[in-house]
Amino acid sequence: MPDHQINPNKWIDLYSDYLFNYTITRVNDREMAKDLVQDTFFAGLKSMKNFKGEASERTWLISILKRKIIDYYRKINSNKGKAEVRMSFVSDENEGDWLEERVADPFDKTAEDTLEIDELGDAIYNCLSKLPEKQATVFKMKTIEGMETETICNELNITASNLWVIIHRARIAMADCMQKTWFK
Amino acid sequence: MKKNLLFISCEEAFEICDKSQYNEATLWEKIKLNIRYTWCQFTRAYVKKNKKLTKAIKASNIQCLNQNERQALQEQLDSQLKNLMH
Repeated sequence: MPDHQINPNKWIDLYSDYLFNYTITRVNDREMAKDLVQDTFFAGLKSMKNFKGEASERTWLISILKRKIIDYYRKINSNKGKAEVRMSFVSDENEGDWLEERVADPFDKTAEDTLEIDELGDAIYNCLSKLPEKQATVFKMKTIEGMETETICNELNITASNLWVIIHRARIAMADCMQKTWFK
Repeated sequence: MKKNLLFISCEEAFEICDKSQYNEATLWEKIKLNIRYTWCQFTRAYVKKNKKLTKAIKASNIQCLNQNERQALQEQLDSQLKNLMH
């Protein structure tokens, strides 16, 4: 019997945020990251029969996603020769906001810094995946999405004091997990 | 001034510390937390641990899908799954 089972019905809850964060740190484009995650899930569905259960579902999905990211960069590179230099405005709302001004300064961070930040993100998501579902949801909404307490309470139908209890438990678990895996 | 206006329990101190990570603690709450911080080693340990976590999360710049994006992805996956079944 294989060590790991596959269950696509749980993929969004369990892996979508992890895969999204993994992608966005590598492609730096929210829409593209969403598309790549979606493509990964679709490719996973199509090749479910190939899942042997030797690796975890997440490892298997990440391996598909890595290929998707490589394909994305290959596609960009193959288009490079044909590309024109475009100095266009992003949108009407951002008038005067040139594309080149929006690109982060590449000299701000070294490659090692960037790699460490990516790894830190992975470590946080690893710890997050160990939290009970409700704690993970509330923690993500409050800490990562930065949502207002009232909005979260309305969406999840919980009281503010209930929210802070959940946040407290999540933060303790996260801090302990990070202590073991990252801060050590 | 009543003693319990200034002196809070460990649990209250932890909650204020949590709120403070999201800039949601009031000035009065912060004062109470600071008083407890001066003499309670558990509060000091918790504040230190909590701040470290906040710092790491900020440094990581992690992102996630919002509820709508997640729901849209779920619907697309469900429809693909349905197609595969037929």
